[in-house]
Amino acid sequence: MSTEHTGALHPGQHLEHEHKPRGITRWLYSTNHKDIGTLYLLFSLAMLFIGGSLAMVIRAELFQPGLQFVDPHFFNQMTTVHGLVMVFGAVMPAFVGLANWMVPLMIGAPDMALPRVNNWSFWILPCAFTILLSTLFMEGGAPAAGWTFYAPLSTTYSSDSTAFFVLSVHLMGVSSIMGAINIIVTIFNMRAPGMTWMKLPLFVWTWLITAFLLIAVMPVLAGVVTMVLTDKYFGTSFFDAAGGGDPVMFQHIFWFFGHPEVYIMILPAFGIVSAIIPTFARKPLFGYESMVVATASIAILSFLVWGHHMFTVGMPVAAELFFMYATMLIAVPTGVKVFNWVATMWRGSMTFEVPMMFALAFIVLFTIGGLSGLMLAITPADFQYQDTYFVVAHFHYVLVTGAVFGIIAGVYYWLPKWTGVMYSERLAQTHFWCSLVSVNILFFPMHFVGLAGMPRRIPDYALQFADLNALMSIGGLLFGLSQLLFVWGVVRSMRGIGEKASDRVWEGAHGLEWEIPSPAPYHTFDTPPVVK
Amino acid sequence: MTSNASLVRRLLLVCVAMFGFGFAMVPLYDVFCRITGINGKTEGVAAAKPTGIDLSREVSVDFLARSDADMPWTFVPLTERVRIHPGDLQIVEFQVHNLSGEAVVATAVPSVSPGEAARYFKKIECFCFEEQALAAGETRAMPVQFYIDPELPERFKNMTLSYRLYKSTHTASR
Repeated sequence: MSTEHTGALHPGQHLEHEHKPRGITRWLYSTNHKDIGTLYLLFSLAMLFIGGSLAMVIRAELFQPGLQFVDPHFFNQMTTVHGLVMVFGAVMPAFVGLANWMVPLMIGAPDMALPRVNNWSFWILPCAFTILLSTLFMEGGAPAAGWTFYAPLSTTYSSDSTAFFVLSVHLMGVSSIMGAINIIVTIFNMRAPGMTWMKLPLFVWTWLITAFLLIAVMPVLAGVVTMVLTDKYFGTSFFDAAGGGDPVMFQHIFWFFGHPEVYIMILPAFGIVSAIIPTFARKPLFGYESMVVATASIAILSFLVWGHHMFTVGMPVAAELFFMYATMLIAVPTGVKVFNWVATMWRGSMTFEVPMMFALAFIVLFTIGGLSGLMLAITPADFQYQDTYFVVAHFHYVLVTGAVFGIIAGVYYWLPKWTGVMYSERLAQTHFWCSLVSVNILFFPMHFVGLAGMPRRIPDYALQFADLNALMSIGGLLFGLSQLLFVWGVVRSMRGIGEKASDRVWEGAHGLEWEIPSPAPYHTFDTPPVVK
Repeated sequence: MTSNASLVRRLLLVCVAMFGFGFAMVPLYDVFCRITGINGKTEGVAAAKPTGIDLSREVSVDFLARSDADMPWTFVPLTERVRIHPGDLQIVEFQVHNLSGEAVVATAVPSVSPGEAARYFKKIECFCFEEQALAAGETRAMPVQFYIDPELPERFKNMTLSYRLYKSTHTASR
């Protein structure tokens, strides 16, 4: 994509716009996409550590067989709140933060289309998570039915904090929906002249499709938590057989939301990797159009495969076969993406700076998660894998080494543009290698204990799993500690310590975001650039 | 290009529609299960009398009665199994004994296995059609009158009719 500088791109012209409000109100009242992006990213970093601490309680309890530190009910609260915090508090807001920062810069827009909605959609989040985390200190404890809160665990057998849980999920949903609408309107209406659909950077494309998924399924999640609420407190019987309802229906509605949700958490990471690989391979992305089509087909197919989460509920064979084949079909567009990334690197002049390292690790490890997903898609095999640690291994490979590695890659990639200084390559490489080794110590053995029959969400296990569980717990601790290096690196850059970054930052970087000065001025593209 | 406001309005409409769709899945689920007959659910209303009888074959029907362990009653089928011709009317009874010292209201939820055969299980009269108010200590035999539709495909030789007896939600919430 070739771009032409217009008046807006002269560095000096931006200085007169640098009227940043000062103090706390700058952040509370901010309508600036960069400030809000920063808020989102810092919030999700905080949530990563809170969710990680809960995971460490789980790993501490599982370090040895038997019951050591926590009682089973508290253990269930840990698995539940860990999942909710990581999904809705860490991964999703991090992507929204990256979208806030980068989408306007990539399409040449001065800001998001709906800046006040933007402010609101962020500030709802801390409220939602204050409510959710406060349930940990309530009588009866936090929700303990798993992040999937299956009925009747979340209705008949749940603690009184369910009402707080439902309210917090409603707030998270409102926040996501407002964020998604904002991103769609921005991409539809605020593209610079000449920025046609098929010139959009892939990160923008993947986020556009993600945003459509969000407005399609977050309302369904809102519906299902509302049903849980009325079943528990207002005497309805959506999921209660005694009143003519059906608990299996909960799973159908939940996973109708839940499967597209899985792609909401990975599609933007595909976009980030599709930006990073060409930069460090110094070649344009291989098969741009097929990447767009593949992303869209993954999104459409995601509405047709929810049943593969519930093969064992007693579905008729025809339905199981349908969900099995539909699920396997998704491997085709996903495979297209992986091959395109590899083809982009083929005969490229590759260098291995940290964003590239995380992107490469993403491709390999996400593919491992994808392949275990294919194993889980095989209906008869799934009867063995259902509810074991094999499932835990699968979704942590796609979410931690997939989504989270994608986010970290994106943060390192764009951090010099945000802060104006290069991060310390040595510190970041240390962070990468520590993370890579420890994350595999943490999650890879889960495949084996899962195949051998260790059930998930149980605080105790049979003796033969003891050694591997001790190993996994050590891996978990190391992975958690490794992320402190990440915080150190980010804080360093935020304080302006490090080499001054050039405007282009990376030799092979292309796109509008690299045409503006580093650090990105408070206001950019007041006059739209012209894209040729 | 559409204006921001109208685009937002359309997207919000999608959200509202999808929220509605979440709730629409409840009746859709029932309709889907009834059409495909995959959930083992029988009709909640009385069927018409049988029109013919198929003397060429017999089907065995087993009866099960279940309830949660903390329910204040015993609940058993008085007949465990019958062999009948499709189209033949049959009456069997289930007995409930209220062990508690107070009146309770119970609801029975039926389920037929195999699920695909449920639609051929026709009930003319059933205690499951309405709530059962039981006095303290009362024992009651509750009848169900049914027949098997002669249209039943040949591959079904055995069926099971199972009831689970719940405390009615109206009293449970009180």
